[in-house]
Amino acid sequence: MSSDAIAIPTAEAAGRPWVATLHEWVTTVDHKRLGVLYILYALFFLVIGGIEATIMRIQLMHPHNDFVSPQVFNRMFTMHGTTMIFFVAMPIMFGFANYLVPLMIGARDMAFPRLNAFSFWLTAFGGILLYFSFLGGNGLYGAGNAPDVGWWAYAPLASRAFSPGHSSDYWTIAVLASGFGSIGTAINIIATIVSMRCPGMTLSRMPLLAWMNLVMSGMVLLAISPLSAAQIMLLVDRYLGGHFFDTQAGGSATLWMHFFWIFGHPEVYVLIIPCFAFASEIIPVFSRKPIFGYPVMVGATVCIAFVSMSVWAHHMFTIGMNSYANSFFTITTMAVGVPTGIKIFNWLGTMWGGKIQFRTPMLFCIGFLFQFLIAGLTGIMLASSPFDWQLGGSYFVVAHFHYVIVGGILFALFGAFYYWYPKITGRMLHEGLGKLHFWLFLIGFHLTFDLMHIPGLLGMPRRIYTYEPGRGWDTLNFLVTIGAFVQGIATLVFVANLVISYFKGAKAGNDPWDAWTLEWSVSSPPPDYNFASIPAVSSRRPLWDLKHPEDPDSHYE
Amino acid sequence: MSTIATPLPETPLAWKLLYRGKVGMACLIIAESAIFTIFVVAYLYYAGKSLSGPTPREVLETPIFYTVCLLSSSLTIHFAGKLLERGRRGAFLALWLLTIILGVLFLYGTGQEWLRLIYQHGLTISTNLFGTTYYSLVGLHAFHVTAGLTMLSIVLLFGLAGRVGPEQSARVEVLSLYWHFVDVVWVVVFTVVYVLGR
Repeated sequence: MSSDAIAIPTAEAAGRPWVATLHEWVTTVDHKRLGVLYILYALFFLVIGGIEATIMRIQLMHPHNDFVSPQVFNRMFTMHGTTMIFFVAMPIMFGFANYLVPLMIGARDMAFPRLNAFSFWLTAFGGILLYFSFLGGNGLYGAGNAPDVGWWAYAPLASRAFSPGHSSDYWTIAVLASGFGSIGTAINIIATIVSMRCPGMTLSRMPLLAWMNLVMSGMVLLAISPLSAAQIMLLVDRYLGGHFFDTQAGGSATLWMHFFWIFGHPEVYVLIIPCFAFASEIIPVFSRKPIFGYPVMVGATVCIAFVSMSVWAHHMFTIGMNSYANSFFTITTMAVGVPTGIKIFNWLGTMWGGKIQFRTPMLFCIGFLFQFLIAGLTGIMLASSPFDWQLGGSYFVVAHFHYVIVGGILFALFGAFYYWYPKITGRMLHEGLGKLHFWLFLIGFHLTFDLMHIPGLLGMPRRIYTYEPGRGWDTLNFLVTIGAFVQGIATLVFVANLVISYFKGAKAGNDPWDAWTLEWSVSSPPPDYNFASIPAVSSRRPLWDLKHPEDPDSHYE
Repeated sequence: MSTIATPLPETPLAWKLLYRGKVGMACLIIAESAIFTIFVVAYLYYAGKSLSGPTPREVLETPIFYTVCLLSSSLTIHFAGKLLERGRRGAFLALWLLTIILGVLFLYGTGQEWLRLIYQHGLTISTNLFGTTYYSLVGLHAFHVTAGLTMLSIVLLFGLAGRVGPEQSARVEVLSLYWHFVDVVWVVVFTVVYVLGR
């Protein structure tokens, strides 16, 4: 197949000065390079966010520990949350979407390549701005440095009176900038999927990854925009003397919470839906069966997106809403469980009776399935408002959402890394190191986050910098910290695998997994123009049709 | 590899997808609508909750004339686009210029109103909740009008240089979508600020 790839004369890489290569990467508008930039940028911040988490865990290892001061602890949890959501999870999802969507729908680039580059650099500068606050946050007041108001920045904590200096401004502007970047990329993904599909690629033949990124991008438009609006209001309050969230002038602190969580809850689904997408591509390939219930999968995704727009106030049960609001948000939150359950059954249905190959991507996806189910179950527990009154703001909540984000999102992401790394670099990730990474991370994850539920049930509040001994939290917190270190070591194994395999890994070839979607039809890494000629497809599994001309899928459509 | 899949459909595919510019602009409009919704919600939530004056009832005057200006600019841009499609560049430029003039008139009206509110009634963004919500909502809209006018002017300059012809009419169409959106937002803002808010 590579025989009719177009040979483009390129200067020898060895002979070119590194400045030329750097210039090429900085000025690129190619969707694959921008995808890689997004992913590398997110991995960099993943390490930083991980270090911040480790600092917090060391501080909480023993009661009355004084590894860091309370002020530094506040900065750490604020920066950890903001970094992980806005500068790790979002960019990495956009990175994979950028890289894979055009390849999977048979397009040569995104719909708006320059907007793509612009959005990436907005996000990138957002992250740099956030971390510049360590230097510039003092302002004229000599107060604070990095943001320390929590990643929700609840009013009135974020107002001028309680957050002097510029730390909160760095937070606001960083989040605003990366938000505009996210909206730009979301517009780009939607326009690409709607307008750039290759001939024959009808909506009902699109790979599920494209479908789910389409839904995710729609959610970004509706979820990130309210956050941007709220950030503008916060800036008006802080710089122009406005009163949006100023309770002394009749403003409302609750309104900020609503505006924040109208963003905050759909955001969880913005992050998990691309992970559903990874699972929906990886599980069929390693079960050697087409996805079970394709149309239902699409319907469930749209349904999740729709319902998740009306669940945000379950983050606010403890502030005291009326009983109608409590009932409404309890019911809607539980309702999200239905389409999510449908998805889990569909993945199980795909594996059922399949010839399952336990390669590393599949291992991570199975971990994802199992852990995401448990995370969903504690979510249903917290959705019940009386239960939430008891445990809201405790470590039970922290354990729950880390189960979603680490156990669900991060596991699926690792699966995606092992699955698409050969396509992106042309070399396989080392299978032995991959399995070591999986088992170490699995053990570390369960040690940390299974046990973290218990101090929460015993009444340990989140965001405290230390605690009294003898409340039954000591041993548990110690073990949780040990688990965090195991996860750290596992992540180092992963990074080592990425680096070593890049130079020493086995050559991947076009299609190492015997997969069925279009990205595997081109060379690894794909040529600049993706497809020598635009492909035409006639079923959901174009490569299956190509490999099995005697029994193509298109006969059954 | 010219065709990935076999067998190919017997008949050549009629494969026509939506114009990506229009899709992109529609998405931008959805995102912008969400932003405006939050500001409108804040305005309505805080209506009548200011702890001190001046109140909207005391100081606001309904800007009928300037509203008519902005809304009729939607008509002129629509017909300008139609004329461009038919290749009548001169008439297109005239109507395009008229659109810009109407938009500028509207901005002038907003400026006059703000001047009056600030200097006669002492209402600024930090005076009370009404000031905060009013200036942010109307200001956000005026910002979008300004951005639109900038883009319209760029097209005008290219047009005067003779670079805008029927082959660009799809792109001009995208811009006029944005301008229609700005107008629709004004209908909402007008209703909220000058009708419901008083």
